[in-house]
Amino acid sequence: MTLRMPWFLRRILGIVPTLFLTWSIVFGVLQLIPGDPVMLALGGTPVSDEILDNERRRLGLDQPIYVQYLTFLKKMAVGDLGNGYSSKQPVSEMIAARVRPSLELALGGLLVGILLGVALGIAAGLRPHGWVDTATMSTALVGVSLPSFWIGMLLIYVFGLQLEWVPILGDGIDALILPSITIGLFLAGGLARLIRSALIETMTQDYIRTAHSKGLSTLRIVAKHAMRNAIIPPITLLGLQFAVLIGGAVVTERVFARAGLGSMLIDAVLTKDIPLVQGLVVYTTTAYIVINLLLELLYGIVDPRIRSRRA
Amino acid sequence: MTETPLLAVESLSVAMDGVPVLEDVSFSIAPGETLGLVGESGCGKSVTALSIMRLLPDPPGRITDGRILFDGVDMMSLDLPALRAIRGDRIGMIFQEPMTSLNPVFTIGDQIGESLIVHRGLGGAAARAETTRLLDLVGIPAARNQLNRYPHELSGGQRQRVMIAIALACRPRLLIADEPTTALDVTVQAQILDLIGRLRLEFGMAVLLITHDLGVVAEFCDRVAVMYAGRLVEEAPSARLFAGPRHRYTEALLHTMPAANPPGRKLPSISGAVPAPADRGAGCIFAPRCGFALPRCATELPPLEAPPHRLRCWNPAA
Repeated sequence: MTLRMPWFLRRILGIVPTLFLTWSIVFGVLQLIPGDPVMLALGGTPVSDEILDNERRRLGLDQPIYVQYLTFLKKMAVGDLGNGYSSKQPVSEMIAARVRPSLELALGGLLVGILLGVALGIAAGLRPHGWVDTATMSTALVGVSLPSFWIGMLLIYVFGLQLEWVPILGDGIDALILPSITIGLFLAGGLARLIRSALIETMTQDYIRTAHSKGLSTLRIVAKHAMRNAIIPPITLLGLQFAVLIGGAVVTERVFARAGLGSMLIDAVLTKDIPLVQGLVVYTTTAYIVINLLLELLYGIVDPRIRSRRA
Repeated sequence: MTETPLLAVESLSVAMDGVPVLEDVSFSIAPGETLGLVGESGCGKSVTALSIMRLLPDPPGRITDGRILFDGVDMMSLDLPALRAIRGDRIGMIFQEPMTSLNPVFTIGDQIGESLIVHRGLGGAAARAETTRLLDLVGIPAARNQLNRYPHELSGGQRQRVMIAIALACRPRLLIADEPTTALDVTVQAQILDLIGRLRLEFGMAVLLITHDLGVVAEFCDRVAVMYAGRLVEEAPSARLFAGPRHRYTEALLHTMPAANPPGRKLPSISGAVPAPADRGAGCIFAPRCGFALPRCATELPPLEAPPHRLRCWNPAA
């Protein structure tokens, strides 16, 4: 007898091995870091061997490696990421406190990217090789190619300092405008190119001819019949970019002095705060995997054929 | 024919990337009549069908000459909104590939109901009720449960039934069926043709049936028009044409039918191949493959004779 589960349950269960494998890799990589973790934990202050041994026992480092590994997995599974070396605070709480600025920036960037990318991609894809297409694709290439620190600084200079239209610092929604545009421009470039090619491909399909033969308007044909079919590659791109962004936009956060996860990661690396780095890596990879799962569930909603495909 | 034709195609010429693929094609269909448009692949049947609906992708396709009169209105003179008002409402169309002609991500109920919503202004509930009725009509049993199914959950024959339901949703006066059974199993072919035939009578609509299957035409059509390499070569009432084909191409085509040959013998074929659009000479295009060609056939294009048996041949069969 075969066990038949709803398609979404199958997908959700499918991420367990992936999570397990990722955490194992994180654990393995941390074993490769040179230097004694206890010395790092104590911040390099000279101490007696007795204190060192006590600390080692407290961190469980005296145990055989497989015990350490199992303890690590157990802690990860319940979200216990340990305490940071420098702050002595639980890493999970430190990360939680910084999630909001990164999430805001990710959503802001996504919004700008979608608005711009979808509009330009459709305009270019409906008339391939026309002037709109050429102009859009050249601009998109520039958007993808320019490094975000440069775009960010340019935006700060023009709109923040010269024109004084928007604040460049702060916690308010208006301080989110420039960094969102910085990230959005990058996203829009890739998105526009992807939507363009997907739309060009879709518009030659037989079912588009059927839609024309039904006397539907161009708007309805493009927005409904073509886009629903062309949308999966763009959704994938956006989802993965979003997953990267909620782990912190390292460069953009630095440029705009936002206290998000990206700048936290840089600080953690610079101060060799191993548990914090480890916690951030676990958080980022887990977020990536979960968002991938959400994407797969979304594909199933957008395209019924994916839903009914037997895994 | 005294009745005003529902559709009159007059001297239609179409070019693809500047190369003529359709030259001086004329035919008409009376209300409620069925015309079969027959010919080999690449002879311009589908281009003709798409041109009538003004659905030929431009570029590369371009109507270079002629008129298409539907109900007395020149389709060439209409702007896009006026064309859209005719497409799917007064002219319905079925395509060859039911596998790819339906949108894979929408339910069949949605795709059938869409025409009703757009052309008839029906609301959601009314459209669903009418869609259920249409599915019953095209022979999809337990229609109410079927509305939420997707094309990939249906067989080829069922999908073609859905296409027919879409094409007939607004009770069009003309149905253009472009090789509607070619992609289907033989048993299903007969069912689909029966269905189109039954609905034609029920709705009193005219049908332009495009096919390369002469057997289908003989059974189904009032009149037959035979095309060869972008030109109309012969046109007559079905009974008359099948009893006595006069163009040498039609004659040869009929000889290749399985039914015209004793079983167990290899079927005859017409030697040579249809010339590419760019290689068509000044005379009769069939002349190079014709066993009865006269010297003038290669140089002079024969004129099309008048109805009831229209013919474009210098040396026709008796």
